[in-house]
Amino acid sequence: MSKEPILKIRDLSMTYHRLNGEVKAIERIDLDVYEGEIIGIVGPSGCGKSTLLSIIAGLIKPSSGQVLLNGKKVEKPTKDIGYMFQSDQLFQWRTILDNVLLGLEIQGRVTKESKKNAENMLETYGLGDFINSYPGQLSGGMRQRAALIRTLIVEPKLLLLDEPFSALDYQTRLAISDEVGLILKKEKKTVLMVTHDIAEAISMSDRIVVLSNRPATIKDIIEIKLTVPQGIWSPIKCREAPEFRHYFNKIWKELDVHVK
Amino acid sequence: MSNNSISQEHYKYLKKIKRRKQIISITQVTIFILAIILWEIAARLDLIDTFLTSSPSDIVKMFVKMVEGGDLAYHVGISIVENIVGFTAGTFLGVIIATALWWSDFWAKVLEPYLVVLNTLPKTALAPIIIIWIGTGYQGIIVTAIITSVVITIMNMFNSFISVDEDKIKLLKTFGASKLQTFTKLVFPQSIPAMISTLKVNIGLSWIGVIVGEFLVSRAGIGYLIVYGGQVFQFDLIMMSLFILTIVSVVMYKLVSIIENKYLKWHQ
Repeated sequence: MSKEPILKIRDLSMTYHRLNGEVKAIERIDLDVYEGEIIGIVGPSGCGKSTLLSIIAGLIKPSSGQVLLNGKKVEKPTKDIGYMFQSDQLFQWRTILDNVLLGLEIQGRVTKESKKNAENMLETYGLGDFINSYPGQLSGGMRQRAALIRTLIVEPKLLLLDEPFSALDYQTRLAISDEVGLILKKEKKTVLMVTHDIAEAISMSDRIVVLSNRPATIKDIIEIKLTVPQGIWSPIKCREAPEFRHYFNKIWKELDVHVK
Repeated sequence: MSNNSISQEHYKYLKKIKRRKQIISITQVTIFILAIILWEIAARLDLIDTFLTSSPSDIVKMFVKMVEGGDLAYHVGISIVENIVGFTAGTFLGVIIATALWWSDFWAKVLEPYLVVLNTLPKTALAPIIIIWIGTGYQGIIVTAIITSVVITIMNMFNSFISVDEDKIKLLKTFGASKLQTFTKLVFPQSIPAMISTLKVNIGLSWIGVIVGEFLVSRAGIGYLIVYGGQVFQFDLIMMSLFILTIVSVVMYKLVSIIENKYLKWHQ
């Protein structure tokens, strides 16, 4: 990874102003992300993880510092950055296909080919029978898969996942994080994923950024190297790796969680 | 659900549910028919004064007479047209104004107290002024009908517009959506169920506007028939008009329900 990083975050700080005072959410964050990397971001709840993603996506302006995507400053949302939310946010009145095409539609890029492409992708990822169904007819896992395809189809250079599985029940969550992990690797996507699930972060990421309590600063960046059984990478198999526990304990200690 | 062949127990259960539904319907119809029969018997036996209560047979006679003379179709037709124009224009106008308020947060905040006050005001109290301003023709009546429904439409629609999930708006922003796109792709379609339920309420409100307007203008329409019947003490005419009014408004309400079920499959 000697190349130029695809995403550069430089000296990023964010302060929120409220009527009852100001809150420092993020303080002086620097981070480089390289192409094809999956970066997990963990931190105590309410530490400003989501704020960080929103700034990177160009949805909110930082108080100081900057975000550079391929050397270009991100100041407003761009089609090069895809965002995935906690819940699927599918539109109930649109069929699955129309939901998947939403981004392209807004960017005026719906063509016969892109439609075909969307259908193929739905087919590939097991939603072929539900192309013309409404979201209400799908299970939570299927809906989240559709949401991922909706994000991937606009071909973003960088994907931001904001606790993408936290609305799912535990079993579905394991299965879907495994699937999504495989999809992201297969499509060679660069990903920043916020999660509060340490195991999920270790199983999916190449590197993990540990944030401190508010105001969020980078406490540590941990490179994850797992010996995967049989050499075939998948998030579920990663959980069986001997080093898994070691990383888990390390991150747990760094998070320094105290329940009062 | 798991089996195609229904078990004896499940069959009995389904039958019980169906039976109960039937009994409810039968009782509903029976009450209506009984009331009509009692009314008629009481009238024939002179237990009630038909001068003040009319009787079912007299109402039917009046109905036949007016249908044959062509008067009924004329008056009912005028009222229906006034009502349809009133509630569609009221709903349309209300949606447009609500859209404008959604667009400008500043003006929404500025106008909020005015809307609240206007909403508490019984709109029919404005009818005399409106009819003087607009004229004593059908225009004045239609404007009265619009006024009765427009304020509640603005409030309902605006509340529906602003209750859209913030994350969905964020999602559209990440795709680079403009404010107009946010409205047409998300805010408006999400509010269609609210619009249809407002439309249903507006049919009723608009009837109030139309009837009050016709009371005042007194030229034509169901409201005119009722006022006229009252002035000449023709209770047959008043009662018949009320029956027709009930039937027409129920039919209109049902029509909207049918449209709702047909186009809003995703909403169930």
